[in-house]
Amino acid sequence: MTTLLKIIKYQLHDLLRGKWFIIYTAVFFLLTDGLFRFGGDPGQVSLSLMNVVLFIIPLVSIVFGTMFFYNSREFMELLLSQPISRVALFLGLYLGLTLPLSAVYLIGVGIPFMYHAGIMTGGYWILLLVGVSLTWVFTALAFFIAVLSEQRVKGIGMTIVLWLFFAILYDGIILFILFALEEYPLEKLTLILSLFNPIDLGRILMLLQFDIAALMGYTGALFSKFYGNMFGSAVAVLALWTWVATPVWLGYRAFSRKDF
Amino acid sequence: MMSSGLHAGLVQVGANYPQTTISQGLEVSTPGDTLMVHSGTYRERALVVPHQLTLIGQNNPVIDGNFEGEILTVTADNVTIEGITFKGSGLSHLDENAAIRFEETQGGRVSNNIFEDNFFAVYISQSEKCLIENNIIKGQAKTESRSGNGIHLWYSKDVTIRGNYISGHRDGIYLEFVEQCVVTTNHSTKNLRYGLHFMFSNHNEYNNNQFDMNGAGVAVMYSRHVDMHNNVFADNWGSSAYGLLLKDIYDSNISDNQFSRNTVGLYSEACNRIQVEENDFENNGWAVKIMANSMDNVFTRNNFLANTFDIATNSRQNFNAFSQNYWNRYRGYDMDKDGIGDVPFRPVKLFSLLTEKNEPALMLMRSIFVEIMDLAESYLPILTPATLIDEEPLMRMNQ
Amino acid sequence: MIKIRGLQKCFGRLEVLKELDAEVQENKITAIVGHNGSGKTTLIKCLLGLDKYDSGDITIKDFKLNGDWSYRNQIGYMPQIARFPENLTASEVITMISDLRTGSATQAEELISYFRLSGEMEKPLKTLSGGTRQKVNAIVSLMFNPDILILDEPTAGLDPVSSSLLKDKIHAEKAAGKTVIITSHIMSEIQELADTILYLLDGKIFFDGPVNELIEQTGEKNLERAIAKMMS
Repeated sequence: MTTLLKIIKYQLHDLLRGKWFIIYTAVFFLLTDGLFRFGGDPGQVSLSLMNVVLFIIPLVSIVFGTMFFYNSREFMELLLSQPISRVALFLGLYLGLTLPLSAVYLIGVGIPFMYHAGIMTGGYWILLLVGVSLTWVFTALAFFIAVLSEQRVKGIGMTIVLWLFFAILYDGIILFILFALEEYPLEKLTLILSLFNPIDLGRILMLLQFDIAALMGYTGALFSKFYGNMFGSAVAVLALWTWVATPVWLGYRAFSRKDF
Repeated sequence: MMSSGLHAGLVQVGANYPQTTISQGLEVSTPGDTLMVHSGTYRERALVVPHQLTLIGQNNPVIDGNFEGEILTVTADNVTIEGITFKGSGLSHLDENAAIRFEETQGGRVSNNIFEDNFFAVYISQSEKCLIENNIIKGQAKTESRSGNGIHLWYSKDVTIRGNYISGHRDGIYLEFVEQCVVTTNHSTKNLRYGLHFMFSNHNEYNNNQFDMNGAGVAVMYSRHVDMHNNVFADNWGSSAYGLLLKDIYDSNISDNQFSRNTVGLYSEACNRIQVEENDFENNGWAVKIMANSMDNVFTRNNFLANTFDIATNSRQNFNAFSQNYWNRYRGYDMDKDGIGDVPFRPVKLFSLLTEKNEPALMLMRSIFVEIMDLAESYLPILTPATLIDEEPLMRMNQ
Repeated sequence: MIKIRGLQKCFGRLEVLKELDAEVQENKITAIVGHNGSGKTTLIKCLLGLDKYDSGDITIKDFKLNGDWSYRNQIGYMPQIARFPENLTASEVITMISDLRTGSATQAEELISYFRLSGEMEKPLKTLSGGTRQKVNAIVSLMFNPDILILDEPTAGLDPVSSSLLKDKIHAEKAAGKTVIITSHIMSEIQELADTILYLLDGKIFFDGPVNELIEQTGEKNLERAIAKMMS
């Protein structure tokens, strides 16, 4: 455990020197602040930020995560020849990246929000939760891919394909299915399909917060009934965190068998 | 002559007066009398006003119907009821029991009364030239089948409904086969179904009312020549909630209204020749849903602000005109500085069309895929109605 | 000291180590020699647990390798190419590793001055030359005073002065009772340093014995020629 914490500490130390983090913080900060200055009320700002969160966070997390893993190759080799366990190293690297990425997001969005809006609404907390969760999900996926693929270009290519799949293509497939199976009752199917894409999960959790569920008739009723109560929210959050745990576990399994 | 007439016609009812019950008072009264009801609770029902009379409450008397049958029925002309609290007309599946019913009368007047927990509160049936004003009407409706309407008009004419507050009924105000009525400055809120409900009622007007947080909003159906202006339709959220639902409405006018935070601001089905002008639509799910069987309606000089969808329709066909509206989504330019955008605006998004056909698709709202699809469609319309277009979008909000 | 039995390691279809048996003796300098791709580095990485072998056993000081990492407390490793987190300085790397490794880096200060690195310690590693980084690498492997030293091409990239400093250090370590494993392409260097030679060919041990013995047997004047003769 102490080894794990030490590894995280050194990763943080190393990462915080890069300009990356300053840029990433600045982007969130300026964007949130700007939306408040031009847009106005916290609800609208949250909705606008939602698109950014769903688009940028997965992309940055997965691309940066892969690059980070490849760039940590030296660090890994250095440490693995030392009396250090692979699990500590892998989790150390993972947390050493996800913690600062999450912190940067929370600071970048949180400070302008506190400044402009004061006390937070429910939607705001969901926005933070979803942003952080997606950071963890896509960093985990990035690590998994980077462990599997030795070649950097191939690895980064795969991560971008995976991002395209979850961010864009998956919804296209859902739309196709919905129209192909138009005659059948599809409410349950859409509910189930939404669990298999972390970006969709995040998006729906946020949509429900912003009351858009009311736009949907029966489907919406089913959605709000499912996601609106404690059980559904718990399932959604659990599903989101299964999306973290699974690639972390798969990544670790591959990492523990990997030759350096 | 005047004063002696008044003096002679005063009947007092109260614990300390000769007549201790209202039914006794009604019995001794003669046409043209004033029946003064003093404070106290009168447990009476099935009262009938058979001749012209002015009922005035002194110091808030309460008539309690004990939730059985009707409280007061008026069968004579020119009856005024003022300053009395009516409680507990009886819930029934067979009879529409009201606190006050006007039956085939003229010149009735109900003002400054309070109605609490009645099945129906004020029921005007086959009557003319009535005035219902400044009443407070509160029900405790739980289900639609076990509740009645606040103000209910049936086969009536020339009725004015003004300045009332109505909540907790099935429909706040219900009009069926009614003509030449004016509904104004009322506040109808938190009713189970509609704040205001029109059926088969031509040549009516409602203005300056506020309808908010009703189960399904306001419904105007099967009517012609309805004038709707300066009303507020707000906060009607829910799976089948509307700010204003129009069905089979012809030759009407909707102007200067405000539609805010409704699931659907304005819904139009089979409506023709309606002028929709200078309304504000803001923060609605759908500002306007217009079905393809609506024709020759004109939308002009309205403001569309921060709605999830501005216009939705269910077809590629469009027979309605949109011009000189302000759309906050509009991103065109105005080179000649005449205040009108040089590029037309298409207010129907592809996605809204898709969700109209396949509702579960709404789960994809705000998905990047959908945004890309909408963007592509806006440049190269294939599925959205080609003629549903504002050729002259305003650059600035219409004040 | 170190016993290797039936060690097999494949990368995909390529079998790099073919049921290899070998032994490394205590307090000796053992050189692992072989041409490129013969499996030298793979063998070393198996010893360190960096590569996971498919079958066979490795026993280090009576401890049979099983995935537990604590045996590495007794090993100092100097990889072929010095690879460090590029943003850190040399002194940060040393602090970090001392922090992570439970034993204390008693030798660090002494080694820094020995390799004349004092002036370079506070610069980010990415700004240092290959040779300087290799010296940092050497310090990291030596500073915990471990019983076993594994040095993969230790002098590659070092200038002659540093190279001889390192070689002197290796001799000194042996004199202090350490067991040393090195690989090198430079036969003269092996002749100069090693007591024993493990000659790897096609994933197996082709020759295992003292350096002198090999030279004597072949009758050649140096190791390089002796090996050339042995191979012909």
